[in-house]
Amino acid sequence: MPGEAVAIVGASGSGKSTLLALLAGLDTPTSGTVELDGANLFELDEDARAELRGRTVGFVFQSFQLLPSLTALENVMLPLELADREDADSAAREILAHVGLGERLHHYPKHLSGGEQQRVALARAFVVQPKLLLADEPTGSLDAESGEAVIALLFQLNRESGTTLVLVTHDEQLAQRCTRTVRLAAGRIVA
Amino acid sequence: MIRQALRMLARDWRAGEVRVLAAALVVAVASITSVSFFADRVSRALVRDAHQLLGADLVLVSDHPWQRDVADEIARRGLQRAEAANFISMARAGEASVLAGVKAVTENYPLRGKLRIAPAPNATDAPAERGPARGTVWLEERLVSALGTPVGASLKLGAAEFAVAEVLTLEPERGANFFNIAPRLMMNAADVPATGLVQTGSRVWFYLYAAGDPAAIAAFEGWARGRLARGQRVDNLESGRPEVRASIERAQRFLGLTALLAAILAGVAIALGTRRFVERHLDGCAVMRCFGATQGRLLSLYAAEFLLLGAGACALGCALGYVAQGAIAAALGELLQASLPAPALLPALQGFLVGLVLLLGFALPPLVQLKNVPAVRVIRREAGAPNSSSLAVYAAGVAALSGLLIWQAGDAKLGLTVIGGFGTAVLVFAAVAWAALRLVSAAPVARRLGARSMALRYGLANLRRHARGNAVQVASLALGLTAVLLLTFTRNDLVDAWRRSAPPDAPNRFLLGVQPDQLAALNRFFAERGIAAPELNPMVRGRLVAVNGKPVTEADFGEERAKRLVEREFNLSYAERAPAHNQLVAGSWFKPGARELSVEEGIAKTLGWKLGDALTFTVGAERFSAPITSLRTLRWDSMKINFFVIAPPALLADFPASFVSAFHAEPQHEAALNELIKRFPNLTLVDVGAAVKQAQGIIDHMINAVQFVFLFALGAGLLVLYSALVATEDERRREAAVMRVYGASRKQVTGSQRAEFLAMGLVAGILATLGAAAIGQLLARRVFELDLPPSPELWIAGPMAGVVLLSLNAWLSARKVLSASPALTLRDSV
Repeated sequence: MPGEAVAIVGASGSGKSTLLALLAGLDTPTSGTVELDGANLFELDEDARAELRGRTVGFVFQSFQLLPSLTALENVMLPLELADREDADSAAREILAHVGLGERLHHYPKHLSGGEQQRVALARAFVVQPKLLLADEPTGSLDAESGEAVIALLFQLNRESGTTLVLVTHDEQLAQRCTRTVRLAAGRIVA
Repeated sequence: MIRQALRMLARDWRAGEVRVLAAALVVAVASITSVSFFADRVSRALVRDAHQLLGADLVLVSDHPWQRDVADEIARRGLQRAEAANFISMARAGEASVLAGVKAVTENYPLRGKLRIAPAPNATDAPAERGPARGTVWLEERLVSALGTPVGASLKLGAAEFAVAEVLTLEPERGANFFNIAPRLMMNAADVPATGLVQTGSRVWFYLYAAGDPAAIAAFEGWARGRLARGQRVDNLESGRPEVRASIERAQRFLGLTALLAAILAGVAIALGTRRFVERHLDGCAVMRCFGATQGRLLSLYAAEFLLLGAGACALGCALGYVAQGAIAAALGELLQASLPAPALLPALQGFLVGLVLLLGFALPPLVQLKNVPAVRVIRREAGAPNSSSLAVYAAGVAALSGLLIWQAGDAKLGLTVIGGFGTAVLVFAAVAWAALRLVSAAPVARRLGARSMALRYGLANLRRHARGNAVQVASLALGLTAVLLLTFTRNDLVDAWRRSAPPDAPNRFLLGVQPDQLAALNRFFAERGIAAPELNPMVRGRLVAVNGKPVTEADFGEERAKRLVEREFNLSYAERAPAHNQLVAGSWFKPGARELSVEEGIAKTLGWKLGDALTFTVGAERFSAPITSLRTLRWDSMKINFFVIAPPALLADFPASFVSAFHAEPQHEAALNELIKRFPNLTLVDVGAAVKQAQGIIDHMINAVQFVFLFALGAGLLVLYSALVATEDERRREAAVMRVYGASRKQVTGSQRAEFLAMGLVAGILATLGAAAIGQLLARRVFELDLPPSPELWIAGPMAGVVLLSLNAWLSARKVLSASPALTLRDSV
């Protein structure tokens, strides 16, 4: 459902990340199907999946995955540029200001704190206004305080843009803040 | 898309990701183009200079006066023309009379090069602007002393009297026909009729010289060849001066080889640089794939980025190459002793193309890996680590590059040899490095040492753990180091060996016509004057009459040179052993007592002789036959006596023979040599000192040109070294950070890296030494036909260079590793 937030929880090795990879079409399953925006992902070839992903999915990773050679602004511009959007620069500036980094546009990732880096990653994920946002342990590399700030921002952006959020975490408290929780153990949904 | 590629290029440039790559490309293209610009200009200048030895671009020789229409045709085609007549005549002054080799020339002789003259024997000489004026003659030094006619004196030649105006010290053409040359007397062609010496039946050679635009010369040569009558021939560089041609070919091979080496080394540097680029861009590519970039999009984006980089770097490289070659030419202006022709455009085009192919050939295969990065790598980092690039992925690039390089070198055999050798070296280096590193790390000594030091144990364990990556790194280091060693130590040895091939004590006198009964007296004559007696070679004059029993006449041959060889008498010689300056290339030397012949390879080819063919010669009224059992190559630039056909003494010793010798005379022996001629009036002593000096000048000249070109290849070699050193820097930094997180001290971190680097440096150094020594020997024997003694310095310097280089690198790398906080290093690399 649009605007819904789903948490996927489970112990290490329970298959959370695999499920996320399957949902995004990053990986292919041995059996089963995933439908994304009405299309069966695994009937598409790799390139068609990439295009669909580019149109509909945003990502936030535990390890941020900012490109170290790009500034904060350029990192946010990257998905827009890949989609040949003319307004890449202005849209990126706008959302960075929105996440509170308007003063740090030209800083490289190595000059930003962990919390700031994850905020850049959030801006990058939401700037394309995805229908679905996949977040893989978004606070896993952050201290409690920065983690809390990032989560607050994540839910705020989620609400504002009506994006469906799928959140992989092992943090039960965080899971409870989502509308729904899917529990995994040994690769199977247990609750 | 171009815009996005440009943006990516700008960002990667700013981040320093492609600067090393661009530098490699710029240096590569700059070195390639400056080498080819310069080599192209030098080799065109060398060919032009070599024409000076002919005195023209083309020489027409006839034993009767040239038809007027041929002479007029030269002028009609807009070419320069000079004429000369050569004959032997007695020059007289007072009581003295000496047989002189007269050359009567038009005043504009020679068209290429300069005559050199001096006001007195042993005085400093200077180039002459024109030939002798009417009524005057120029004498070679030996004639001045033999006739007792210094400058200002007069002498008689035939019916005319001449004033001696200059001492002739150098005549470019001299040396082409040692056997026929008596001391030179040069006069003005317009004075010949007054002497009354040239009449019907006189033995006179008439020369027509032409010079000018190469295309016009070639066209005229074709025209003239169609009109040659009996007794007429065309001399060009090919047929005129084999010893000069040999030197030029050698220089061209030297230059071509150096350019090849620079290009291949640049390729290795680019391959290493791109690998590093790819390793650092894997994560970025995975992220971009998450954002919807298709494989094709990623590949074309990176290919476009690299093409833009390549175009810019190649253009800059070409420009730098152009500037560099100009600087070299300016710096060498004095040494080159000749103005260089203007640079041609072709080398720039070749350099640009080679640069692009280099980049695409060596960068595309690793770049393709970027497209294959699975997007899931963003979640599971272990997915999509780059394949260690197998050599096969470079096959297309290597093939394309090879084609271009062969085109550039203009010598397919040389190109294939170098590329094949290089490829083999890469494989052998990598295999040996892999085995050696494993061996070193597992050696009992290492284990015992390792038990005592944790740093050493870790270092050695790393050697094993990274065996494959380290082997690639060691092989790359060894390649770079091989190039550096080759271009420093081995180059000097090669150049020395080359110089020795025309040493300062090369023979400068030919002695002809020694009769068998004069041998003892002659040796005594030299011994009494404290001069080492020259080695005398027997010479029997024989005419070829049949091959394999079939009579031979000059009409059997189409080629002019073959006709001339058959028409004339052969100078046959006999010897027990092969002359030291000859090299046997087929068959085997004489068995004792056998009746066999050894023949020079070139003449055998010209006349269509093979091993086993029986040649029949007549000597006087007698004839003999014998089979060819060996082929030899001669060193034309050795200035020693060379014989086309040699027989064992058993076959020829009973025939009437005279003896000839080539020997080195010091200036202080001049008086003794004059006395020698007086004591043995039948002997002919020919001074070839000027020709030797000229040949040595050419070799020195070429060595200078070649040495300079070496510097660029050296630069490319250093670049490979650098790229190989930084190739594993990121990985080592991460490992060191992990070690420090777990409490390793600075000493332990640096110690373990040092142990690893030392072992790698030692292996790379030894491999490079072996490589440089082997390539040096191969070059010396196959390409330059020189003997290269092994160099002890190389064997000390090579391994030391490896160890010192890697120790230095260990120190620098440890500084970097320790100056960064482990947390930052690790976070950047998660």
